[in-house]
Amino acid sequence: MKEEIIIAGFGGQGVLSMGKILAYSGLMEGQEVSWMPSYGPEQRGGTANVTVILSDKRISSPILNTFDTAILLNQQSLDKFEKAVKPGGVLIFDGNGISKPPTRKDIDIYQIQATDKSIELNAHKSFNMIVLGGFLKLRPIVKMESVILGLKKSLPERHHHLIPVNENAIKAGMEIINKI
Amino acid sequence: MSEEIKLMKGNEAIAHAAIRCGCDGYFGYPITPQSEIMETLMEEEPWKTTGMVVLQAESEVGAINMVYGGAGSGKKVMTSSSSPGISLKQEGISYIAGADLPCLIVNVMRGGPGLGTIQPSQADYFQAVKGGGHGDYQQIVLAPASVQEMADFTVLGFELAFKYLNPVMILADGIIGQMMEKVSLPLFQKRMTDEEIKEKYPWAAYGKPSHRKPNVISSLEIESVEMEKRNQRFQAKYRKIEENEVRFEELECQDAEYMLVAFGTSARVCQKTVELAREQGIKLGLIRPITLWPFPKNEIAKYTSQVKCFFSIEMNAGQMVEDVRLAVNGKTEVAYYGRMGGIVPSPDEVIEFVKTKMV
Amino acid sequence: MAIQNIIKPENLVYTKSKILTDIPMHYCPGCSHGVVNKLMAEVIEEMGIQEDVIGVAPVGCAVFIYKFLDIDFQQAAHGRAPAVATAIKRLMPNKYVFTYQGDGDLAAIGTAETIHACNRGENILIIYINNGIYGMTGGQMAPTTIDGMKTATCPYGRNNEVNGYPLNITNLLAILEGTCYVTRQSVHNAGSVRKTKQAILKGFKNSMLGKGTSVIEVVSTCNSGWKMTPEQANNWMVENMFPVYPMGDLKDL
Repeated sequence: MKEEIIIAGFGGQGVLSMGKILAYSGLMEGQEVSWMPSYGPEQRGGTANVTVILSDKRISSPILNTFDTAILLNQQSLDKFEKAVKPGGVLIFDGNGISKPPTRKDIDIYQIQATDKSIELNAHKSFNMIVLGGFLKLRPIVKMESVILGLKKSLPERHHHLIPVNENAIKAGMEIINKI
Repeated sequence: MSEEIKLMKGNEAIAHAAIRCGCDGYFGYPITPQSEIMETLMEEEPWKTTGMVVLQAESEVGAINMVYGGAGSGKKVMTSSSSPGISLKQEGISYIAGADLPCLIVNVMRGGPGLGTIQPSQADYFQAVKGGGHGDYQQIVLAPASVQEMADFTVLGFELAFKYLNPVMILADGIIGQMMEKVSLPLFQKRMTDEEIKEKYPWAAYGKPSHRKPNVISSLEIESVEMEKRNQRFQAKYRKIEENEVRFEELECQDAEYMLVAFGTSARVCQKTVELAREQGIKLGLIRPITLWPFPKNEIAKYTSQVKCFFSIEMNAGQMVEDVRLAVNGKTEVAYYGRMGGIVPSPDEVIEFVKTKMV
Repeated sequence: MAIQNIIKPENLVYTKSKILTDIPMHYCPGCSHGVVNKLMAEVIEEMGIQEDVIGVAPVGCAVFIYKFLDIDFQQAAHGRAPAVATAIKRLMPNKYVFTYQGDGDLAAIGTAETIHACNRGENILIIYINNGIYGMTGGQMAPTTIDGMKTATCPYGRNNEVNGYPLNITNLLAILEGTCYVTRQSVHNAGSVRKTKQAILKGFKNSMLGKGTSVIEVVSTCNSGWKMTPEQANNWMVENMFPVYPMGDLKDL
C-alpha cells in the first residue's frame, strides 16, 4: 500500500493539521509516513499545502510532482494541483467559492460541501475533519480507531475534549461526499 | 538503544536528541527554516531537567562565540542556523577549528546568495566542505536525509567532535528540517559533571589548580615556525578523519550501469528516481554520501569501470560534482543536474536527464 | 651593609604577586596595561580564587594577557569576549569569569556583544581599557578617540563631521538594567591605582552575588600611540581625556 496525497487550501482551513492527523493515524498502524508542508510566508494569508505519504515501504522522496489523491480546498489550489493528479487518481474539492470546477476526465472527481456542513453543524473548526471523513470514505487507508488515536497524539491534551466533536465531523463528512 | 516511535519535524528531532544525549548548552539566533530547534528547546526547558543551558543570543556571531566559550570549558555545546546565519558564524568556526575545540553546528540550508529564499537548497556545500572561514581547516560534515538521521547525527556529531576535538556540521536543508517523519529518539545520557570533565578533558579551561600550568584556549601563535607545526598537526588529524570516518549508503549499485550521487533531500529524490528507472529497466544506482567531508571518494572510484556515467544531482549550481569528478579522476563520464534558488528537482526531471546521457 | 644582609623577609616591603608569571610583559614602558594586569593578579591572589577564575583575553595589545597571569584563559575573537564569557559563566556558574578588553575590541567591533551581555545581566566582570587609540595595529582611530586627537587614520585630528563623536559606551552600559556596578577609574598615580584595585575587587565579588554585570573602565595612556613620553601622556590624559571620560562610579547597586 502506498498513498501519495496533497492537501491544499487557504491558511486557516486546517490543511496542515488535517495532514498531520492523517500522518499520525498512519503512524498508529505502524506505516511509514511523511508530512511535508509548504513553509514560510506562503502560509500567511495565502495558500498552504502539505504532502502526506503513507506507505508500507520506506518512503523515498517526501516531495512529489504527482499524487494519488489531491484534496483541494480553494480555487488557487484547484488551478495549481488539478493537473498533478495521477491518471486514475482522485480529486476532492469543496464547492464553496469555486468558480471554475475541475474538468479532467481521466481522474475521479468528488465534491464535498464541507463548508456548508460545518456551518450547519455550527462547528467551523471541524471543517477539515469533515473533509478528512470524505477522503477516508473513498480511500479507507487508515481505520477509524487509528484516526482517533492520531487525534489524541496530535492535539494538545487541553483540546482532547474536542475529540468526540471531531469524530462526529469525520462521520458527517463520510455521508456527504459525492462523485461528480 | 531507542524508545517509542514519534512523529516530528527534523528540527524538533535535533532539539530532542540534543537534550537526550547530554548536551550542556545550545546558543542560537532565530532564522527560517530552522527556528523550531531553539523553539523546541525553550518549550522543553531542559535547564529544569538535565541542566542544559539554552540561550537566545544577540546574533549568530554572538552565538558561535558562546559555543567557543562553552567548548573551551570542555562542555558539549552546539548552535544552529540557516545559510545567511552560517556565513556570519564562519569567523567563530575558524577560531574553534584553530583552537582544537569540539562542537556541533547545524545548518538547515536555504537558497542564496544573499538573503535569497527560505526554500530548501544545498548551495552551502562548498562553504561546508572546503572551509568556509579563513585558514586551512576542515570540519566534519554530516548530511542527514531523514528526520531519523537528524536525531542520530546529533548524537554522532558530538561523538566525532569530541573524538577528534574538531567542529562537526550537520548540513541539512529546509525539507529535512520542516518535514515530519517517524523517529525513534536516542536514550537519555547523563550530562558529564564538572569533575568528569576535568578528568576526561584535561585541556579545558575550567580554572587552574596549583599543580598544573594554565590551560589557554587560543588559536593564536605568533611564531610562524610554531604555527606551521600546528597546521601540520591539524593536517595529520584531518588525514586520520579521512581514513576512519567516511560514511555513505548504496542503493541498487551492484549492477548499476548509471550511477546517481546525491545527498540529503536530493538523495531522497534520487531514491525515487532509482525506483522509477528500475521499473523502466534502466540499471540505475545511487551512492549517497553521508559524510560530505570526508568525501567517499574511494567508494565512488570503485565503480568507475562498471559505470558509464555518474550523475551528481544537487540543489545548487553544481558543487559536489567537483568532488565526484576528483573521485572518478577522468576514468568515466561525470554529469551534473540540479535546480537552484529553493527548487527541488523532481524524480521525473532527473530520469529524463539520465536518459539524455544513455548510449 | 652587604646586600645579602638586606634581602631578608623582614625587610620585604613589596613583592610581585604569585599570580604574575615570569614572562616579561610586552607592553610599552609607560603603558597602563601593565599596571592593570598587575592589579588583576593581586586581587586574584588576595581573594584566593586562582583555581576558580577564568579570564577571556581580547584582540589588541592585551591579547597576550594569558601569558602574564597564571590562570586559565580563553582567547576570544576580536570583540567577542563578552559572548565567550557569557557561555563560560552560564555553564560554570560557580566560577569567576572576567573579560579584559580594549576600546576597539569592546566599543567598536564588539559593541553588540558588550551591550547584550550587560543587558542580560551576565554575572561577569568586564575590564575595559580606554586609551582612545588602536595600539597594537599602530595607532589608528578608535571609537573613543577624542575630538581633535590625531591618529594614523585621522592624521589631522578627529573631526566630528567626518568621524562622528567619541563613544562614551560606559555611560550607555550604566543605564542598562543588567549592570550592577559601572565605574570609571585610572592608574596614572598611586591613589588612582589603589582605587582601581578596590574596584576590581568589588567587581569580582559582585559576580558571585547574582547582581548582574560589573564594568570597570580604566581611562589609560598609550604613550607610544600618542607619541609622547609616559609623563607627558599622563598629563595629557588628565587634561584632555578626563573631561570627556570623567572619573568615578556611574552605578553601584
